[in-house]
Amino acid sequence: MSDETSILELEDVRYRWPGRTSFGLSVPAFGLKSGETVLLLGESGSGKSTLLSLICGTVTANSGRVAVSGTDIASLSAGQRDRFRAEQIGLIFQQFNLLPYASVLDNILLPLRFAPERRSRVNAPQDEAIQLCQDLGLPRDVINARAGTLSVGQQQRVAAARALIGQPPLIIADEPTSALDAATQTTFLELLFAQSQSHGTTLLMVSHDARLADQFDRVVQMSDIAKAERVTP
Amino acid sequence: MILRLAFGSLMARALTVGMTILAIALSVALFLGVEKVRTGAKASFADTISGTDLIVGARSGSVQLLLYSVFRIGNATNNLTWESYQDIAERPQVDWIVPISLGDSHRQFRVMGTTAEFFDRYKYRSGQSLELSDGAIMSDLFDTVIGADVAATLGYEINDPIVVAHGLASFTEHEDQPFRVSGILEKTGTPVDRTVIVSLKAIEAIHVDWKSGAKTSGMSTAADVIREMELQPQAVTAALVGVKGRLQVFGLQRSINEYKQEPLLAVLPGVALQELWQIVGIAETALIAVSGMVVITALIGMMATIFSSLNERRREMAIFRAMGARPRVILGLLVLEASLMAAIGAILGLMFLYIGLIIAQPLVDSAFGLWLPIDPPTLREVWVLLSVIAASAIVSLVPALRAYRLSLADGMMVKI
Repeated sequence: MSDETSILELEDVRYRWPGRTSFGLSVPAFGLKSGETVLLLGESGSGKSTLLSLICGTVTANSGRVAVSGTDIASLSAGQRDRFRAEQIGLIFQQFNLLPYASVLDNILLPLRFAPERRSRVNAPQDEAIQLCQDLGLPRDVINARAGTLSVGQQQRVAAARALIGQPPLIIADEPTSALDAATQTTFLELLFAQSQSHGTTLLMVSHDARLADQFDRVVQMSDIAKAERVTP
Repeated sequence: MILRLAFGSLMARALTVGMTILAIALSVALFLGVEKVRTGAKASFADTISGTDLIVGARSGSVQLLLYSVFRIGNATNNLTWESYQDIAERPQVDWIVPISLGDSHRQFRVMGTTAEFFDRYKYRSGQSLELSDGAIMSDLFDTVIGADVAATLGYEINDPIVVAHGLASFTEHEDQPFRVSGILEKTGTPVDRTVIVSLKAIEAIHVDWKSGAKTSGMSTAADVIREMELQPQAVTAALVGVKGRLQVFGLQRSINEYKQEPLLAVLPGVALQELWQIVGIAETALIAVSGMVVITALIGMMATIFSSLNERRREMAIFRAMGARPRVILGLLVLEASLMAAIGAILGLMFLYIGLIIAQPLVDSAFGLWLPIDPPTLREVWVLLSVIAASAIVSLVPALRAYRLSLADGMMVKI
C-alpha cells in the first residue's frame, strides 16, 4: 500500500486500552493520499476517537504499523511523538477548541511553539495568522480578541486557522461542524476545503453526518476499515 | 508565549487566584512584619544605651537591673545607699558616674531623679547625645526636663506646671511642690522620651514631708523653704558608670560585685542585653515559627486551589497536548502558574508590609517606644521572598504531577 504520495498508512493495527477498559480496535488497512479529502463516517462507540489517538500518537498500537508522512510512529519516543504531532498534524475538535483566556493570535500560533520546522515554514507568523483569519472570513480586529469572547462559529474558524498555520501535511477534523447551524456549517466547510486545497493539505474529517459525503473526495465507513472489540468482564 | 498563557490562565480564574494571592500576600506581610518588629525591637533595645561601661544597682538579676535602670521596666528590689554610691564614685578607675533615682511618676510616665551630668553622659544609638528641642536643663530645684513623648502626649510646653505623684499608679500627689517644665528633649526613640527628668535633690525635696513612704499628716513645707535646705539623698536606684580604661571595667565590676558593705551588682550593658536576647529568643523563635506556619498554610491553600481546578482544566490540557505539548510542559505550566501566584503574592505582601509600617510606625512608637525603621528590603527579606516563591513551586509539584498523569491518560480526547 505504501507509495510516495501516502500521507497516512495503517497496517494490521491492533490496540487495546490499558487498565480495566475492555475496548479494543483493530484496523487491517487504511491510508490517505497526499492532498485528498476523506470523510470517515462512524457511529458513537465505533472507535473513531481511538483511531484518531493512534494517528496522532497519543497512544501507540500494540501491534501493526501507523505511519504519518512515511514515519512509523512506534519508532519515536513519547517526546518525539508529541513534537512529530505538532509538526505533521493540524487538529480541529468538535468544540472547546481554543484556550478561552488566550488571544486569537496566541491560539493560532500555539502549535508553532512546539513545532520548530513548521514554524520555520512561516516567515512572519503574526502576518500569516492575520491572513488566515481573513481567508477564513474572520474580521481583521478579531486577532487580538480573547478567544472566549468569540461565537462558536468564529471559534471553529480560528481552530481551522490554527490547524492550517505552517502548512502541516495532514489535518484531522473531529466533527468540527456538529456545534454549528446549517448555514454556518456550509460556509465553514467551504472555507476549510478552499484553504486545505490552497495549502496542499490532506484532510481527514470524522463525522456521523452522511449528508456531508458529496463534498469529499472519498467517504470511508468506520465499520469497513476497523473492527471494535468489546470484552465483557 | 507560555508565560503569557500562564498569566492569562490565572486572569481567567481571577477570583480564586486573587483570594489565593491575597492569602499568600497577607502571610508574607505577617512573616516579614514579625521580622521587622523583631529586628526593630532588638535594634531599639541595643540603641538605648551607648557609652556606659557599667550599670550598678542593688543585687538582683543582671537583666532585671538593665530593665529597670535603662528601660524603666519593672522595679528595683532595693536601693543603692548614698554612701556606697559615693564610695564607688571615688574609685580611681571611675571616669564618671551618674545616679538614677526612680519611684515616682507623672500620669503614665516615670519620674527620674539624676544630676545634670546625665545630659552629657547618657548616650544612645552609637554615641548620640541628648538634645533639647526647647528650653534648657534644670536650673531651679523644681525644674524638670521632659522627654519628647511626654510633651507630645500631654501637650506640655515650657513653663507648664507638673505635679509628680508619689510612687507608680498612685493617687497621692506631691501637689505642694509643683515642678516647672524648663526643657523638652528631642525625640530619641529610647525610654528617655517617656521620662520626666528632675534633679536628684528634687526627689529628696518632694519627700521632705514624707516618712516611711507616707506623707506626715499636717506637714506641708513651702517650696522656698525647701530650696534653702541642705538636701542629701539617702539612696539612689542605680548608677551609670564610665570607666577610665576599657581594661579596668572587669576589675571594677568584680570589686563592686564583691562589695562587703551591701550586696551590689554591676553589669556590662552589652552582656545584660545578650542575656535578655537569650530569654526573648524563645518567644522570638515561637513567633517566627507561628508566622512561618501561616505562610505554609497559605501555600497549602494554593495547592488545594490548583488541585480543585485540575478537573475543569482537563480540556485546556488536552488542547495543549493536541498542539504538541509534552506532559512535562503541562507540569511546567502549573508550576509556573504557582510561582507567578507566589511572586505576585510576595510583592503584594511586601507592599502590605510597607503600608502597614507607614501606618503603624507612629502608633507603635508612641504606644511601646519601639521605632520600626522603614528601610528598603534587606538581603534576608529578599531571600525570604525568594524562598516563598521556591516553596510554592515545590508545593505545586503535587497537583502538577497529578495533571501530568491526567494529561498522559487523557491525551487530547477529553470530552467535558
